Amino acid sequence: MSVFPYVVAAWICVVGIYGIVTSTNLIHLALCLTVTQSSTYVLLLTIGYVNGGGPPIFKGVKLGTTAVDPVVQSLVLTDIVVSVTVLALILALALNVQKKVGSMDPDEIPELRG
Amino acid sequence: MSRRARILVFLPALAVFGALLVWAVVGLPDFGHYVGPYGYLLNHVALPERHMTNVVTAVVFDYRGFDTMGEEFILLGAVTGVALLLRSQERDEEVREGVGSDTVRVVGIVLAGAALLVGLWLIAFGFVTPGGGFQGGVIVAGAIFCVFLCADFSAWRGVASQTVLDPLEGLGAAGYVVIGLAALISGYPFLTNELLGPGVPGTLHSGGTGPFINWCVAFAVSAGVLILFSEFLEEYIVPIAAGGGK
Repeated sequence: MSVFPYVVAAWICVVGIYGIVTSTNLIHLALCLTVTQSSTYVLLLTIGYVNGGGPPIFKGVKLGTTAVDPVVQSLVLTDIVVSVTVLALILALALNVQKKVGSMDPDEIPELRG
Repeated sequence: MSRRARILVFLPALAVFGALLVWAVVGLPDFGHYVGPYGYLLNHVALPERHMTNVVTAVVFDYRGFDTMGEEFILLGAVTGVALLLRSQERDEEVREGVGSDTVRVVGIVLAGAALLVGLWLIAFGFVTPGGGFQGGVIVAGAIFCVFLCADFSAWRGVASQTVLDPLEGLGAAGYVVIGLAALISGYPFLTNELLGPGVPGTLHSGGTGPFINWCVAFAVSAGVLILFSEFLEEYIVPIAAGGGK
Protein backbone atom coordinates (compact mmCIF):
# COMPACT_ATOMS: atom_id res chain seq x y z
CA MET A 1 0.00 0.00 0.00
CA SER A 2 2.94 2.32 -0.47
CA VAL A 3 1.09 4.42 -3.05
CA PHE A 4 -2.04 4.86 -0.90
CA PRO A 5 -1.16 8.38 0.41
CA TYR A 6 -0.51 9.54 -3.17
CA VAL A 7 -3.89 8.18 -4.21
CA VAL A 8 -5.50 10.15 -1.35
CA ALA A 9 -3.78 13.36 -2.52
CA ALA A 10 -4.87 12.78 -6.14
CA TRP A 11 -8.44 12.01 -5.01
CA ILE A 12 -8.69 15.21 -2.91
CA CYS A 13 -7.36 17.20 -5.87
CA VAL A 14 -9.80 15.73 -8.41
CA VAL A 15 -12.79 16.00 -6.05
CA GLY A 16 -11.98 19.69 -5.51
CA ILE A 17 -11.70 20.36 -9.25
CA TYR A 18 -14.99 18.53 -9.88
CA GLY A 19 -16.62 20.75 -7.25
CA ILE A 20 -15.26 23.89 -8.92
CA VAL A 21 -16.53 22.85 -12.36
CA THR A 22 -20.03 21.93 -11.21
CA SER A 23 -20.42 24.67 -8.59
CA THR A 24 -23.56 26.82 -8.53
CA ASN A 25 -22.45 29.07 -5.68
CA LEU A 26 -19.36 31.25 -5.37
CA ILE A 27 -18.83 30.39 -1.69
CA HIS A 28 -19.03 26.67 -2.51
CA LEU A 29 -16.60 27.31 -5.37
CA ALA A 30 -14.09 29.05 -3.08
CA LEU A 31 -14.24 26.16 -0.59
CA CYS A 32 -13.71 23.63 -3.41
CA LEU A 33 -10.62 25.60 -4.41
CA THR A 34 -9.37 25.22 -0.83
CA VAL A 35 -10.01 21.47 -0.99
CA THR A 36 -7.94 21.25 -4.18
CA GLN A 37 -5.19 23.24 -2.52
CA SER A 38 -5.22 20.92 0.50
CA SER A 39 -4.28 18.01 -1.76
CA THR A 40 -0.87 19.61 -2.20
CA TYR A 41 -0.36 19.46 1.59
CA VAL A 42 -1.04 15.72 1.63
CA LEU A 43 1.25 15.23 -1.36
CA LEU A 44 4.12 17.28 0.12
CA LEU A 45 3.97 15.66 3.55
CA THR A 46 3.80 12.22 1.89
CA ILE A 47 6.91 12.89 -0.16
CA GLY A 48 8.83 14.11 2.91
CA TYR A 49 7.97 11.15 5.15
CA VAL A 50 10.80 8.82 6.17
CA ASN A 51 9.97 5.36 7.53
CA GLY A 52 10.49 5.42 11.29
CA GLY A 53 11.40 9.10 11.21
CA GLY A 54 10.56 11.43 14.07
CA PRO A 55 9.73 15.13 13.89
CA PRO A 56 12.64 17.31 12.67
CA ILE A 57 13.05 18.85 16.12
CA PHE A 58 16.20 18.08 18.08
CA LYS A 59 15.29 19.34 21.54
CA GLY A 60 16.02 16.40 23.83
CA VAL A 61 16.69 14.20 20.80
CA LYS A 62 20.19 13.39 19.67
CA LEU A 63 21.31 15.16 16.49
CA GLY A 64 21.45 12.62 13.69
CA THR A 65 18.30 10.74 14.76
CA THR A 66 16.20 9.81 11.71
CA ALA A 67 13.70 12.59 11.10
CA VAL A 68 11.29 13.53 8.32
CA ASP A 69 11.99 16.28 5.75
CA PRO A 70 11.62 19.74 7.37
CA VAL A 71 11.41 21.60 4.04
CA VAL A 72 8.00 20.25 2.98
CA GLN A 73 6.66 20.86 6.49
CA SER A 74 7.70 24.50 6.40
CA LEU A 75 6.09 24.93 2.97
CA VAL A 76 2.84 23.41 4.22
CA LEU A 77 2.65 25.34 7.49
CA THR A 78 3.13 28.77 5.93
CA ASP A 79 0.69 27.98 3.15
CA ILE A 80 -2.06 26.77 5.50
CA VAL A 81 -2.11 30.17 7.23
CA VAL A 82 -1.70 32.24 4.06
CA SER A 83 -4.34 30.26 2.14
CA VAL A 84 -6.91 31.11 4.84
CA THR A 85 -6.34 34.84 4.35
CA VAL A 86 -6.56 34.45 0.57
CA LEU A 87 -9.80 32.48 1.02
CA ALA A 88 -11.11 35.41 3.11
CA LEU A 89 -10.29 37.76 0.22
CA ILE A 90 -12.20 35.53 -2.23
CA LEU A 91 -15.18 35.40 0.14
CA ALA A 92 -15.12 39.20 0.48
CA LEU A 93 -15.25 39.42 -3.34
CA ALA A 94 -18.15 36.95 -3.34
CA LEU A 95 -20.00 39.15 -0.80
CA ASN A 96 -19.58 42.16 -3.07
CA VAL A 97 -20.87 40.15 -6.04
CA GLN A 98 -23.94 39.21 -3.99
CA LYS A 99 -24.52 42.91 -3.19
CA LYS A 100 -24.09 44.09 -6.79
CA VAL A 101 -25.72 41.27 -8.78
CA GLY A 102 -27.98 39.73 -6.15
CA SER A 103 -26.85 36.18 -6.89
CA MET A 104 -24.00 33.81 -6.05
CA ASP A 105 -24.57 31.50 -9.03
CA PRO A 106 -21.71 31.91 -11.53
CA ASP A 107 -24.18 31.19 -14.36
CA GLU A 108 -26.34 34.17 -13.37
CA ILE A 109 -23.48 36.67 -13.18
CA PRO A 110 -23.04 38.26 -16.64
CA GLU A 111 -19.34 39.00 -16.10
CA LEU A 112 -18.59 35.34 -15.33
CA ARG A 113 -20.34 33.85 -18.40
CA GLY A 114 -17.85 32.19 -20.71
CA MET B 1 -21.36 28.23 -21.64
CA SER B 2 -24.09 26.06 -20.15
CA ARG B 3 -23.49 23.72 -17.24
CA ARG B 4 -23.86 20.67 -19.50
CA ALA B 5 -21.34 22.02 -22.01
CA ARG B 6 -18.92 22.86 -19.21
CA ILE B 7 -19.04 19.30 -17.86
CA LEU B 8 -18.64 17.92 -21.40
CA VAL B 9 -15.46 19.99 -21.81
CA PHE B 10 -14.32 18.98 -18.32
CA LEU B 11 -14.56 15.19 -18.79
CA PRO B 12 -11.82 14.81 -21.45
CA ALA B 13 -9.62 17.22 -19.52
CA LEU B 14 -10.18 15.11 -16.39
CA ALA B 15 -9.22 11.94 -18.32
CA VAL B 16 -5.96 13.52 -19.50
CA PHE B 17 -5.21 14.96 -16.07
CA GLY B 18 -5.99 11.63 -14.39
CA ALA B 19 -3.67 9.78 -16.76
CA LEU B 20 -0.88 12.27 -16.07
CA LEU B 21 -1.47 11.94 -12.31
CA VAL B 22 -1.22 8.14 -12.46
CA TRP B 23 1.94 8.42 -14.54
CA ALA B 24 3.45 10.89 -12.04
CA VAL B 25 2.53 8.85 -8.96
CA VAL B 26 4.00 5.66 -10.44
CA GLY B 27 7.33 7.48 -10.85
CA LEU B 28 7.42 8.80 -7.27
CA PRO B 29 9.47 7.06 -4.57
CA ASP B 30 7.45 4.67 -2.36
CA PHE B 31 5.80 6.20 0.69
CA GLY B 32 8.35 6.39 3.51
CA HIS B 33 11.35 6.08 1.21
CA TYR B 34 12.29 9.75 1.05
CA VAL B 35 15.23 10.24 -1.31
CA GLY B 36 16.49 13.61 -0.10
CA PRO B 37 19.03 15.05 -0.03
CA TYR B 38 17.92 18.44 1.36
CA GLY B 39 15.81 17.15 4.24
CA TYR B 40 18.59 14.88 5.53
CA LEU B 41 21.17 17.61 5.04
CA LEU B 42 19.16 20.27 6.88
CA ASN B 43 18.37 17.91 9.76
CA HIS B 44 22.12 17.55 10.28
CA VAL B 45 23.35 21.10 9.73
CA ALA B 46 20.49 23.30 10.99
CA LEU B 47 21.28 22.95 14.70
CA PRO B 48 25.06 23.55 14.42
CA GLU B 49 24.63 26.30 11.81
CA ARG B 50 21.52 28.15 12.96
CA HIS B 51 21.37 27.21 16.66
CA MET B 52 17.67 26.32 16.51
CA THR B 53 16.47 22.92 17.73
CA ASN B 54 13.29 23.21 15.63
CA VAL B 55 14.57 22.65 12.09
CA VAL B 56 11.20 23.51 10.53
CA THR B 57 11.37 27.03 12.03
CA ALA B 58 14.99 27.35 10.91
CA VAL B 59 13.85 26.52 7.37
CA VAL B 60 10.87 28.90 7.51
CA PHE B 61 12.72 31.94 8.86
CA ASP B 62 16.25 31.39 7.60
CA TYR B 63 17.02 28.84 4.89
CA ARG B 64 13.80 29.65 3.04
CA GLY B 65 13.32 33.03 4.73
CA PHE B 66 13.05 34.82 1.41
CA ASP B 67 10.15 32.59 0.39
CA THR B 68 8.44 33.18 3.74
CA MET B 69 8.82 36.93 3.19
CA GLY B 70 6.80 36.49 0.01
CA GLU B 71 4.15 34.52 1.92
CA GLU B 72 4.08 37.26 4.55
CA PHE B 73 3.32 39.85 1.87
CA ILE B 74 0.62 37.65 0.32
CA LEU B 75 -0.97 37.66 3.79
CA LEU B 76 -0.59 41.44 4.07
CA GLY B 77 -2.02 41.92 0.58
CA ALA B 78 -5.00 39.63 1.20
CA VAL B 79 -5.85 41.28 4.53
CA THR B 80 -5.54 44.74 2.96
CA GLY B 81 -7.81 43.60 0.14
CA VAL B 82 -10.49 42.34 2.53
CA ALA B 83 -10.33 45.61 4.50
CA LEU B 84 -10.64 47.62 1.27
CA LEU B 85 -13.64 45.58 0.08
CA LEU B 86 -15.59 45.33 3.32
CA ARG B 87 -14.64 48.31 5.44
CA SER B 88 -17.36 50.94 5.41
CA GLN B 89 -17.41 54.45 6.77
CA GLU B 90 -20.33 54.26 9.19
CA ARG B 91 -18.76 52.27 12.00
CA ASP B 92 -19.76 54.26 15.02
CA GLU B 93 -23.33 53.06 15.35
CA GLU B 94 -24.02 51.44 18.69
CA VAL B 95 -24.56 47.69 18.47
CA ARG B 96 -26.09 45.78 21.36
CA GLU B 97 -25.59 42.07 20.89
CA GLY B 98 -24.76 40.33 24.15
CA VAL B 99 -24.48 36.71 25.23
CA GLY B 100 -27.18 35.75 27.70
CA SER B 101 -25.97 32.37 28.94
CA ASP B 102 -23.72 32.33 32.03
CA THR B 103 -22.34 28.92 31.03
CA VAL B 104 -21.16 30.26 27.69
CA ARG B 105 -19.53 33.21 29.44
CA VAL B 106 -17.64 31.06 31.99
CA VAL B 107 -16.51 28.44 29.47
CA GLY B 108 -15.57 31.21 27.04
CA ILE B 109 -13.41 33.07 29.56
CA VAL B 110 -11.57 29.88 30.58
CA LEU B 111 -11.13 28.96 26.91
CA ALA B 112 -9.83 32.43 26.01
CA GLY B 113 -7.22 32.37 28.77
CA ALA B 114 -6.05 28.85 28.01
CA ALA B 115 -5.89 29.46 24.26
CA LEU B 116 -4.01 32.73 24.70
CA LEU B 117 -1.45 30.99 26.90
CA VAL B 118 -1.00 28.11 24.45
CA GLY B 119 -0.66 30.56 21.57
CA LEU B 120 1.96 32.71 23.30
CA TRP B 121 3.88 29.58 24.33
CA LEU B 122 3.85 28.26 20.76
CA ILE B 123 5.21 31.58 19.51
CA ALA B 124 7.82 32.10 22.22
CA PHE B 125 9.28 28.59 21.96
CA GLY B 126 8.63 28.33 18.21
CA PHE B 127 12.31 27.80 17.37
CA VAL B 128 12.98 25.39 20.26
CA THR B 129 9.99 23.01 20.36
CA PRO B 130 7.10 22.51 17.89
CA GLY B 131 5.42 25.82 17.09
CA GLY B 132 6.26 29.15 15.54
CA GLY B 133 4.89 32.57 14.68
CA PHE B 134 2.43 31.36 12.07
CA GLN B 135 0.76 28.68 14.17
CA GLY B 136 0.88 30.60 17.46
CA GLY B 137 -0.33 33.79 15.80
CA VAL B 138 -3.51 32.10 14.57
CA ILE B 139 -4.18 30.58 18.02
CA VAL B 140 -3.68 33.95 19.75
CA ALA B 141 -6.16 35.51 17.29
CA GLY B 142 -8.60 32.68 18.07
CA ALA B 143 -8.22 33.32 21.80
CA ILE B 144 -8.99 37.01 21.36
CA PHE B 145 -11.98 36.08 19.20
CA CYS B 146 -13.39 34.31 22.29
CA VAL B 147 -14.06 37.82 23.65
CA PHE B 148 -16.80 38.15 21.04
CA LEU B 149 -18.11 34.65 21.75
CA CYS B 150 -18.37 35.06 25.52
CA ALA B 151 -18.87 38.82 25.99
CA ASP B 152 -20.60 41.13 23.54
CA PHE B 153 -19.94 42.93 20.31
CA SER B 154 -18.92 46.26 21.84
CA ALA B 155 -16.31 44.46 23.98
CA TRP B 156 -15.02 42.82 20.81
CA ARG B 157 -14.81 46.23 19.12
CA GLY B 158 -12.75 47.35 22.10
CA VAL B 159 -10.09 44.65 21.73
CA ALA B 160 -10.11 44.44 17.93
CA SER B 161 -9.63 48.13 17.36
CA GLN B 162 -8.52 49.24 13.89
CA THR B 163 -6.15 51.82 15.33
CA VAL B 164 -4.16 49.04 17.03
CA LEU B 165 -4.46 46.18 14.55
CA ASP B 166 -3.75 48.01 11.29
CA PRO B 167 -0.34 49.38 12.37
CA LEU B 168 0.52 46.04 14.04
CA GLU B 169 -0.14 44.19 10.78
CA GLY B 170 2.08 46.55 8.81
CA LEU B 171 4.81 46.70 11.45
CA GLY B 172 4.97 42.90 11.63
CA ALA B 173 5.61 42.65 7.89
CA ALA B 174 8.02 45.61 7.95
CA GLY B 175 9.95 44.19 10.93
CA TYR B 176 10.56 40.98 9.00
CA VAL B 177 12.22 42.92 6.17
CA VAL B 178 14.15 45.20 8.53
CA ILE B 179 15.66 42.21 10.39
CA GLY B 180 16.57 40.65 7.06
CA LEU B 181 18.24 43.88 5.94
CA ALA B 182 20.04 44.22 9.29
CA ALA B 183 21.78 40.92 8.54
CA LEU B 184 22.64 42.17 5.05
CA ILE B 185 24.11 45.45 6.34
CA SER B 186 26.21 43.55 8.88
CA GLY B 187 27.80 41.57 6.06
CA TYR B 188 25.76 38.36 6.35
CA PRO B 189 23.42 37.04 3.63
CA PHE B 190 19.85 38.46 3.68
CA LEU B 191 17.75 36.99 6.53
CA THR B 192 20.46 34.82 8.11
CA ASN B 193 20.22 34.83 11.89
CA GLU B 194 23.91 35.16 12.74
CA LEU B 195 23.62 38.72 13.99
CA LEU B 196 23.00 38.27 17.72
CA GLY B 197 25.28 35.30 18.27
CA PRO B 198 24.40 31.66 18.76
CA GLY B 199 23.13 31.73 22.36
CA VAL B 200 22.46 28.38 24.01
CA PRO B 201 20.60 26.08 21.57
CA GLY B 202 17.49 24.55 23.09
CA THR B 203 16.75 27.59 25.25
CA LEU B 204 14.89 30.86 24.56
CA HIS B 205 18.28 32.56 24.28
CA SER B 206 19.30 30.98 20.97
CA GLY B 207 18.87 31.32 17.25
CA GLY B 208 20.25 34.85 16.90
CA THR B 209 17.68 37.14 15.24
CA GLY B 210 15.38 34.16 14.59
CA PRO B 211 13.16 34.80 17.64
CA PHE B 212 12.62 38.43 16.56
CA ILE B 213 11.54 37.44 13.06
CA ASN B 214 9.32 34.84 14.72
CA TRP B 215 7.58 37.51 16.83
CA CYS B 216 7.21 39.85 13.83
CA VAL B 217 5.43 37.08 11.93
CA ALA B 218 3.30 36.28 14.99
CA PHE B 219 2.17 39.92 15.26
CA ALA B 220 1.45 40.17 11.55
CA VAL B 221 -0.48 36.88 11.50
CA SER B 222 -2.58 37.50 14.62
CA ALA B 223 -3.32 41.11 13.65
CA GLY B 224 -4.18 39.96 10.13
CA VAL B 225 -6.53 37.20 11.28
CA LEU B 226 -8.18 39.56 13.79
CA ILE B 227 -8.73 42.16 11.05
CA LEU B 228 -10.38 39.45 8.93
CA PHE B 229 -12.63 38.37 11.84
CA SER B 230 -13.46 41.99 12.53
CA GLU B 231 -14.40 42.91 8.96
CA PHE B 232 -16.62 39.86 8.45
CA LEU B 233 -18.25 40.33 11.87
CA GLU B 234 -19.12 43.96 11.08
CA GLU B 235 -20.60 42.73 7.81
CA TYR B 236 -22.64 40.07 9.61
CA ILE B 237 -23.64 41.58 12.96
CA VAL B 238 -24.46 45.20 12.15
CA PRO B 239 -27.38 44.45 9.77
CA ILE B 240 -28.79 41.87 12.23
CA ALA B 241 -28.61 44.29 15.14
CA ALA B 242 -30.05 47.13 13.07
CA GLY B 243 -32.94 44.97 11.81
CA GLY B 244 -33.77 43.01 14.95
CA GLY B 245 -32.96 45.46 17.73
CA LYS B 246 -35.32 48.26 16.81
